[in-house]
Amino acid sequence: MTEQFPILIIIAPLFGAILIALLGFRHQSLCLPTVLGSLAISCAAAVGTFLKVLEQGTVLYNLSGWERVTTPRGLFSVSIEYRVDAISGLVLVAIAAVGLLNAIYSKVHVVTETPNKVPHYYILYLLLVAGLAGMTITNDAFNLYVLIEISSLSSYALIAIGSRRAVLASFNYVIMGTIGASFYLLGVGYLYIKTGTLNMTDIHAALATLPKDSPSVQVALILILIGLWIKMAFFPLHGWLPNAYAYSPTATSTLMGPLVTQVMIYIMIRMMLSLFGAEYVFDHLQWTNIVVGLSVIAIVAGSLFALSRSDLRKMLTYLIVAEVGYMVGGAWLANSMGMTGAIYHILSDAMMTFTLFMVIGIIITRTGKTELTAFQGLFRKMPITMTGFTIAALSMIGLPPTCGFFSKYYLVRGGIEAGQWAYVGALLFSSLINAVIFFRLIEMAYFHGGKAYGEEITDKDHEHHHSRGRELDAQPDETLEQVPWSMLAPMLMAAASLLAIGIFNRPIAGWINAALETLNLAQGG
Amino acid sequence: MKPMKLAALLTVIVTGGLLLFATSDLPDWGDPLSPANASDLSTYYIQDSRDVTEVPNLVTAVLADYRGYDTMFETVVIFVAGLGILSILGQGKCEEPLAQPVASEQNRERDMITIITCRLVVPIIQIFALYVIAHGHYSPGGGFQGGVMLGSSFILIALTSGLPDALKRMSQERAIFLAGLGVLIYAGTGLVCMALGRNFLDYEILHKLMGGTGVKARYDSMLIVEIGVAFTVMAIMFIIYAVLSSKGRMRGGL
Amino acid sequence: MDVFLDFLIAKFNYWIYVILMMIGLFAMIAKNNLIKKLVGMCIFQTAIILFYVSIGVKEDARIPILTGHEVPHGGHYHTEDHERPYIDAKTVTNPIPHVLMLTAIVVGVSTLGMALAIAQKVHLHYDSLEEDEILAKLQLGNND
Repeated sequence: MTEQFPILIIIAPLFGAILIALLGFRHQSLCLPTVLGSLAISCAAAVGTFLKVLEQGTVLYNLSGWERVTTPRGLFSVSIEYRVDAISGLVLVAIAAVGLLNAIYSKVHVVTETPNKVPHYYILYLLLVAGLAGMTITNDAFNLYVLIEISSLSSYALIAIGSRRAVLASFNYVIMGTIGASFYLLGVGYLYIKTGTLNMTDIHAALATLPKDSPSVQVALILILIGLWIKMAFFPLHGWLPNAYAYSPTATSTLMGPLVTQVMIYIMIRMMLSLFGAEYVFDHLQWTNIVVGLSVIAIVAGSLFALSRSDLRKMLTYLIVAEVGYMVGGAWLANSMGMTGAIYHILSDAMMTFTLFMVIGIIITRTGKTELTAFQGLFRKMPITMTGFTIAALSMIGLPPTCGFFSKYYLVRGGIEAGQWAYVGALLFSSLINAVIFFRLIEMAYFHGGKAYGEEITDKDHEHHHSRGRELDAQPDETLEQVPWSMLAPMLMAAASLLAIGIFNRPIAGWINAALETLNLAQGG
Repeated sequence: MKPMKLAALLTVIVTGGLLLFATSDLPDWGDPLSPANASDLSTYYIQDSRDVTEVPNLVTAVLADYRGYDTMFETVVIFVAGLGILSILGQGKCEEPLAQPVASEQNRERDMITIITCRLVVPIIQIFALYVIAHGHYSPGGGFQGGVMLGSSFILIALTSGLPDALKRMSQERAIFLAGLGVLIYAGTGLVCMALGRNFLDYEILHKLMGGTGVKARYDSMLIVEIGVAFTVMAIMFIIYAVLSSKGRMRGGL
Repeated sequence: MDVFLDFLIAKFNYWIYVILMMIGLFAMIAKNNLIKKLVGMCIFQTAIILFYVSIGVKEDARIPILTGHEVPHGGHYHTEDHERPYIDAKTVTNPIPHVLMLTAIVVGVSTLGMALAIAQKVHLHYDSLEEDEILAKLQLGNND
């Protein structure tokens, strides 16, 4: 049974979606239990797979049952296979857990924001989770493309299902996303033309036999990188992200915000390490300075945009843009410390963003405001929500014992080791900006009880409130904390995971490091 | 507007230059000895796949068996597209086709000749579609092609007799059900393989259920999954047409 | 010059796909009308399909459907119950790009359908398909 865990992660949500398509339209009450059940199975399978990886190393799972074929030149794969190592195991657990927690959290939102379309919504939701998990687990370059498209198509629809403004954002995302995915496909085509295979392990082996300065392999790497950068919203290519996340339904942004960009970063790291190989990407090409330079720009620009936004969700989206810069830069520092930091940050950033999106979702539905001023005096009115918010804020700023501190610690150490002082400076600058943003909010929430603060914005608040068409109206002060536990519990669990990832940073970094060693990064750079 | 055009032009020139730069390294057109064409993988498919699947159409063999997992998700992509379009434009709840046609529908004159011709042509299209699905093992064809043809036969009805008429034959609810059923047939085949103790989509083990040898089981299972694909494609192609042509109102139409 | 011409002719498939793809990319970025952007997207995706299919071409080779009359290539291939000649791989077109592109075509159709639905919804909301007009309407909406 345990050898079937890897596939269960993917097909549990897939069968959930099929079940809803067959029965959910007649019996809408079936939808939510199906979603929760299938995601719980997926989550359990992800944890099981991860434990198995810790026990016995990399797990391979062969779909369609074709064994590798032997030739004089060695073994090669004729079908599609899964490959799970400690890193992808961690990412898979994060995907399944976020998917499950978000399904619990958003059960009210789905009904209020997309009435009449609950089954549609849940089918797309499950397939988005399945697509993201499939991207992480697959070891086939073309299969990755198909799964990128599954998750993209479902996310286009999940965004466009929202408000008026979301439709336009979704259209831009379709255009950008298609360019990104097509570039990736083209890059895979170039690799296929040079190597004649699609299995990542086999491509890696075949690339080693090719001349190192082959222009088409370099162009393939460029195409794949640009494609993935568009998909992860790396700074100059981030145009689609802020509007798409800020105007989409709550459940969509809380799922996509933490997962889509982070999974794409994992895919980039996967491409760099197991497809092209660390020695090729770092030692041979010498592009480190360029990419790290780009990431510095991304971090600084993302942070400054975030500082200048007064809409809560917009601010968060720009913080994501800055965080993407952290991870891309960390991955390209060309040393194992930076890579460990980047991968560790994928986890911690996923959970931080998730917590913040949930907190802000709760605050927006409860206060009816989307502006920063919604935080006024919230500590007294919503103590539980604000506890979660404080933990997430501390983590974003990078204070121990939250995971944000440790990921920054690894990234900074990697930056110093690599001598990338601009990157280290950008990290510190961004932490400073995060401190300004979040301490301002905490201060507002703690001290400003009355209406004295920011009265000039109130008119705008109202207009926003109405245009957003939120179902739940602003509540009188005393009843604000009557948030259902279905929202609070996932939020608190995510906040607790921030502390847990922080406290257990040593074993997690150890697992990541061990996996990196098998990918030849330890001595690379 | 001008700076946008300039930026686009610049992007296009840089990208195009980059791609052309890479071609210096790529094999010539039609080169049978290029790394892709002479690779072990390609040679294996050409020389060995018929012996272990009995399918002479190599594309079908690779598509439905070796890369069957890809194809399953390809079906899911179609499924996602259909549901996505319904969720973006549709009215939400699955309504039965209106008993009373919309005003614009009544006023429109339907040409007798097209309707009668279409009635004659539709069964032929559908039978040919079934042939294409079933004959995918031996000739170009298979679930997608056949499914598209089946879907187009319903679209033809919608074009000539009006969308309500077509929706009477294939309502929105039924289409979603069929689309889900198609994916279920495909993924369910994989699941049965798992239940019998093999990996997902390892058709070989299905000989325990279907009799015959493992090779025959692979051959037959490919037909089963192609039928699943055809269901989904047929239903979703029609949904896409119905939703887009009626702006999601599912009535009136073109 | 001759060297360059040889180069051009030997690799003409790449030139065609690059030119088509860049036309598509330009339309996707620069065009103002949403439908024209989608037309660009179609060209863009089709160019990639063209590229992939052109990878698999072998000169003078047959389609990848075996008829039993393939040119044998040396020895015999032994399976359990029968004996078949090795097929000379040079005489049969590479099936892999075709398989991949079947998938990519389907993905392209799905993306196009979804994008058209979104464009139609945009039109329902803003009564226009011109990007600048829509943005102008948005600006107007924010100010009042």
